[in-house]
Amino acid sequence: MEKKYTAEDFSNGVKGRWCAGCGDFGLHAALKKALAEIGTAPCNTEIITGIGCSSRMAYHMGGYCFHTIHGRAIAVASGAKIAKPELDVWTVTGDGDCMAIGGNHFIHALRRNVDINIVLLNNRIYGLTKGQYSPTSARGFVSKSSPYGTVEDPFKPAELTIGASGHFFARCVATDLPGSVEMLEAAHAHKGASVVEVLQNCVTFNDNTFGDIYTKEGRAHKAIYLHQGEKMLFGVNKEFGLAQDGFNLKVVKVGEDGYTLDDVLVHDAHCEDTTLQIKLAQMEGPDFPVALGVIRDVKAPNYDWAVEDQIDQVKAKKSYHNFAELLLTNDTWTIK
Amino acid sequence: MKEDVTIKEIDNVVVLFSGDSGDGMQLAGNMFSTVSAVLGNDICTFPDYPAEIRAPQGTLGGVSGFKVHVGAKDILTPGDHCEVLVAMNPAALKREYKFLKSSSIIIIDSDTFTEGDLKKAEYKTLDPFEELGIKNHVIDAPLTSMCISSLKDYDMPPKAKSKCKNMMALGLVCWLFNRSVEHAEEMLRTKFAKKPEIAEANIKVLNDGYNYGHNIHASVPTTYKIESKQHEKGIYTDISGNKATAYGFIAAAEKAGMELFLGSYPITPASDILHELSKHKSLGVKTVQCEDEISGCCMSIGASFAGDMAVTSTSGPGLALKSEAINLAVMAELPLVIVDVQRGGPSTGLPTKTEQTDLLQALFGRNGESPMPVVSTTTPCDCFDAAYWACKIAQEYVTPVIILSDAFVANGSSAWKLPDLKDYPEIHQHLVTPEMKETWSPYLRDPKNFTRFRALPGMEGFMHVIGGLEKDQQTGKISYDPANHAEQVENRRKKIEAIAKDLPLLEVQGDADADTLVIGWGGTYGHLLEATKDLQKGGKKIAMAHFQWINPLPLNTEKVLRSYKRLIVAELNDGQFAGYLHMKFPNLPQMYQYNRVEGQPFIVEDLVNAFTKILED
Repeated sequence: MEKKYTAEDFSNGVKGRWCAGCGDFGLHAALKKALAEIGTAPCNTEIITGIGCSSRMAYHMGGYCFHTIHGRAIAVASGAKIAKPELDVWTVTGDGDCMAIGGNHFIHALRRNVDINIVLLNNRIYGLTKGQYSPTSARGFVSKSSPYGTVEDPFKPAELTIGASGHFFARCVATDLPGSVEMLEAAHAHKGASVVEVLQNCVTFNDNTFGDIYTKEGRAHKAIYLHQGEKMLFGVNKEFGLAQDGFNLKVVKVGEDGYTLDDVLVHDAHCEDTTLQIKLAQMEGPDFPVALGVIRDVKAPNYDWAVEDQIDQVKAKKSYHNFAELLLTNDTWTIK
Repeated sequence: MKEDVTIKEIDNVVVLFSGDSGDGMQLAGNMFSTVSAVLGNDICTFPDYPAEIRAPQGTLGGVSGFKVHVGAKDILTPGDHCEVLVAMNPAALKREYKFLKSSSIIIIDSDTFTEGDLKKAEYKTLDPFEELGIKNHVIDAPLTSMCISSLKDYDMPPKAKSKCKNMMALGLVCWLFNRSVEHAEEMLRTKFAKKPEIAEANIKVLNDGYNYGHNIHASVPTTYKIESKQHEKGIYTDISGNKATAYGFIAAAEKAGMELFLGSYPITPASDILHELSKHKSLGVKTVQCEDEISGCCMSIGASFAGDMAVTSTSGPGLALKSEAINLAVMAELPLVIVDVQRGGPSTGLPTKTEQTDLLQALFGRNGESPMPVVSTTTPCDCFDAAYWACKIAQEYVTPVIILSDAFVANGSSAWKLPDLKDYPEIHQHLVTPEMKETWSPYLRDPKNFTRFRALPGMEGFMHVIGGLEKDQQTGKISYDPANHAEQVENRRKKIEAIAKDLPLLEVQGDADADTLVIGWGGTYGHLLEATKDLQKGGKKIAMAHFQWINPLPLNTEKVLRSYKRLIVAELNDGQFAGYLHMKFPNLPQMYQYNRVEGQPFIVEDLVNAFTKILED
């Protein structure tokens, strides 16, 4: 029997120091709970973070934790995973850390498909540097560094993930503990790079950025939980559904305007084709619900084990297996 | 036909093979050096190639050169001038004729000295020799057409046939120096093992080149025989600096019982380290070609955190990009080796040329008080030892270490006696022991050497957090306490200083009673030693000290420096090491500087002249 762990086994006993009401507290609880349920020993779990409020997670977790430098957590985590693929590697990062300064590492880790779990806490603001707009802030967003509003468009993490050949993308809300735990576990179960976007408000500098969906009631009306193989239904009584409208989606009320349950689409995160998954990830209010859940989860070869396989193959093929033998593969001459 | 030629015994010779970058001059040069080494000669080579992959054929920008210096013993440099210049086209002649002495012989491919070729090489007249003022003896051989007619019975496209002309030139050079082509044939068979018909064609042309020289005596009055001295017994190979660096890493990982990991991004002139290590998956070596220099360093840091022996390779611009990540390894205290193969700077600078201009960047190019060991490479073979020792120090003192190599040492090659790992010291990781479980925290230090004890992921009972924020030295928790920070700064400095006791003392070569000391570091070793020896031969009293370790400096450095009246610091930069010595040791004896920043190695003759002037000062 595998040893069972509790959330406490993944705490180092140091309390989080985020602002009261910060979503980081919610994710902290969810991550500990998810790790306990996954069941990998704390000593075989690495948590590698960048810079920013969310990256302080490293100081509050059990396991082998590494608080690195701005934007580079994913690169450090990739190296750790490739070196020792038998260990579980998690990265906790924020929208500034991951989408701005660390953007290059993010897209290449996805392209390479290193088996790391990237937990991206998105609050659409730089919190630790006290309130500048981030690469996920909406056009026109007013902040300390954009007093007249930004004149640039934001990245959407899902689009970037899928655009960079990512094979796993899930979304949850920091205040939704069961929803977050489920996404973290799904990310771990996926072999290859996985991205979990955690929507959160920054209570100090960008409160209410995710508006209604921050509460359970709000999510019932304004969010849809996607489940593999199930109809895309939402609403307090699951009375609404998503249906196809040409190349687009539309919200329909089941039983009204001639729409029946048969018209409601079935979610398939395992589908190779990304078209519908992108449409789902792009949905936002007021016309559409925000999609939560595993949006994309497709199998693909991952880098770290491919390296191990290649080593085994080359070892079987080549005649030299230590330094002394390597030396003799050179063009040599002997002086007697 | 001429009467018999005389054979002259000489103790060393420099041959410069030059041609278009597609003419195979690097291969011809490499083969001549190996053939000579097999016959017991000392060798030293230096390729000088353009930054452009293929500049337009026949133009000055496309000239690629390969200098080979072979001799009886103590061949320390690729030589200033050449005895033989092989110029496969007029552009090569124009680019390289500055290396000629009055007695040098020139071999040209007369097929390429047409009006069109002369124009491409920007000659103003139709007589390149008159125009350049060259009065040397010229072996004027139609190498290309000879090559094609030599292969007339071979079923190959004409273009493939003319590609063998480098072997025609090599055969002729082998004849000139009375070198058997036997070993060269073997090399071709190995090189073209998968294309035996290409191997045979090259061997045919090689022999025809040799016979051509023999039959017509190539209208040369004298051929040469290079003396060879018995070397130390053993098995030898010809090795370049970059390859020796890669081998040093492999050897260190094996000795330490660790897996080797390289995170890197392609950059001239360091890429060959990435190429070499990428070949050796059968030794379990993992290499990742990363998305950028920063990732190269960060991936290596991650691999080190996870328990691999981690290295990253780069050149000056890449070192600049990596500096923040290197500082993370300084602060988190993780082993890491960074090799900087220096090239000409600043910015993109002279990517394929050599300089020593990254010294201060390596020592000080990071924010905060950030002490780090820095070791340089003095010769191609020495790269092996430098890499091995850098890995040893990184593991044993839990610190990043910078190796400063340079394009000259990295691309140059010399004969290397295959090492036996038994002769190399053990490498121990500085790890926790089970009995520390109750009391350990990540920044508790070994009182002997100020080094922290590492716990690796997978070890039960040692979970912890490290990172770039300052930590309390007792508890390992984040600390902004002023006194703690001051002490941690001191601890990190003392740790690096403590390394000095493990390093060899500074050696002085030359006259015991000299009052002038020549000082150098890194890849200028051969040139400075040769200049010192030349001065001694000329009756001058002079001594020389060459530094491999830059930080920490050998323990006897100050004592050595203060025991001379005059110091001459010679380096391929504007005086970075001289400034560093002044900073470390105030009020040193009178210091002269000799600096060259031309992207080229020193010229021994210039060193001798400059030092003579100082000695007479």
